[in-house]
Amino acid sequence: MSQNIAQFRHDFAIIAGWLPFGAKVLDLGCGDGALLQYLKDAMEVRGYGVEKDDTNWLACLSKGVNVIQMDLESGLSGFEDQSFDTVILSQTLQAVHNTEGIVREMLRVGREVIVTFPNFGYWRSRMQISTGNMPVSKALPYQWYDTPNVHLCTINDFDQFCVNCNIQVKERLVLTDNKPVTFMPNLMGSLAMYRLKAATRP
Amino acid sequence: MLENNSVGIVAPKTAHFSVPLTLKSGAVLPQFDLVYETYGTLNADKSNAVLICHALSGTHHVAGKYTENDKYPGWWDNLIGPNKPLDTNKFFVIGVNNLGGCHGSTGPSSINPATQQPWGSQFPIVTVEDWVTSQTMLADYLGIQQLAAVVGGSLGGMQALQWTLAYPERVRHALVIASAPNLTAQNMAFNEVARQAIITDPEFHGGDYYAHGVVPKRGLRIARMLGHITYLSDDAMGAKFGRKLKDDIKYTFDVEFEMESYLRYQGDKFAGEFDANTYLRMTRALDYYDPALPFGGDLSKALAQTSQQAKEQAQFLVVSFTSDWRFSPARSREIVKALLDNERTVSYAEVTAAHGHDAFLMPDPHYHAILRNYLQNITVGEQA
Repeated sequence: MSQNIAQFRHDFAIIAGWLPFGAKVLDLGCGDGALLQYLKDAMEVRGYGVEKDDTNWLACLSKGVNVIQMDLESGLSGFEDQSFDTVILSQTLQAVHNTEGIVREMLRVGREVIVTFPNFGYWRSRMQISTGNMPVSKALPYQWYDTPNVHLCTINDFDQFCVNCNIQVKERLVLTDNKPVTFMPNLMGSLAMYRLKAATRP
Repeated sequence: MLENNSVGIVAPKTAHFSVPLTLKSGAVLPQFDLVYETYGTLNADKSNAVLICHALSGTHHVAGKYTENDKYPGWWDNLIGPNKPLDTNKFFVIGVNNLGGCHGSTGPSSINPATQQPWGSQFPIVTVEDWVTSQTMLADYLGIQQLAAVVGGSLGGMQALQWTLAYPERVRHALVIASAPNLTAQNMAFNEVARQAIITDPEFHGGDYYAHGVVPKRGLRIARMLGHITYLSDDAMGAKFGRKLKDDIKYTFDVEFEMESYLRYQGDKFAGEFDANTYLRMTRALDYYDPALPFGGDLSKALAQTSQQAKEQAQFLVVSFTSDWRFSPARSREIVKALLDNERTVSYAEVTAAHGHDAFLMPDPHYHAILRNYLQNITVGEQA
């Protein structure tokens, strides 16, 4: 479900910056494997992708990216607890049905979790809603009737989700056109990037 | 007629081994032959050899034809040839008939040098481990220290897995297709029914039917019919035959449905050309294979032991088919999980296919694209 490969470079670099060198990485919904290939080159990660789409799966294989064909919705039962340094869900959260279940599975399998998603609170989306239409943009290129996105959310929504699910936000970065946004990120930011850990219970 | 991208006219060769081979059971074969075929050219540094391991009823005749007028080519001809997914312009491909077989390699129908009679019931039970050992001897014979890849479907996939466990330094890639790390009780149960059909055939004579000039055809035929049911999915059988009748209902036990006609044809054809003693042993090899057994059933630990011993580790491609219920995707995922637990290089494809277990032999475009892409990425030395 990789959207807008061209726009990715900067978030690729940020993700790389959040990984230890040589990290063991699991990329869920890895698309054509571009991120993993980048991380392999830049950070010498030992990585596996998970992808269910045949065409994307084949693209990963051609790149020499390890890729496991399975549906995320059925969980990560093939992966042991805390067996990865980092589990990544890059621009796929919004297309997942069992959102909470998958984030929990990621926190089980990974010592750290990176989640990125298009911020539905971005002012351009709000503008389009205010004119009476579902937003269509670079980050959300689908029409309402053919979109794979079923769980769009805003940065505020996701912050609240983390609180409700007792997930620790280690770091949060918001981007618009590859540039960091700090002023009113839920309004001004188009891409949200989170670095998460399971919070230790009090 | 030969197609353009066929390996062409091929001929089997025989390798004779005069050293005794101690089998897993403890039995010793004083000497043995392996019959094999090769396609393509072994390159200068001998780094482009690919071994094809056959399943229950396969042979060394994997690709090409013996004469231009042969009705059928080798059993995996759709995969192997110039510019085919397993490209013989790049790879040197070896097909071998396993020990205990009935197509030229030493087996129950061969002559026992001690008695000058066919081995029959005296031929030992051979295992996947024994096959792999004998295959390494064939590799030695061909001057190949390390295989670029071992490829196998079903029981062949077990051999590919076994290569990586027993000889990790001798294989760079394992393609394990429609396979499993061991058989389930249900899967073994089918084998037991097949064997009982053969053993209880009055013409079986305890396995020494050669001396009586008969073969237990009825038993072998039923065994094969049963096998065929399990190799197809319900949907595939439905699409192929459904409830189609050959003619009107006649209220008899003759062939009335198309499905019956198919099963009887397959059974008769097989019983006419395959050796019952070989069939018994092939199914037993399937039953016995269980590399995780010495590790309390933990395949991850079985793989871990190899990881500790070997510097180099084979990379894996594991493929399953959605409608395969005899070697279901869940069983392939067990292999994948054990590989992941050991941080091995592995990709896993679950191919959407209607054909059941037989899908691994079909030229499905996506399936073949997977194999083509994987094999293209394997690095080999310059051609000789």
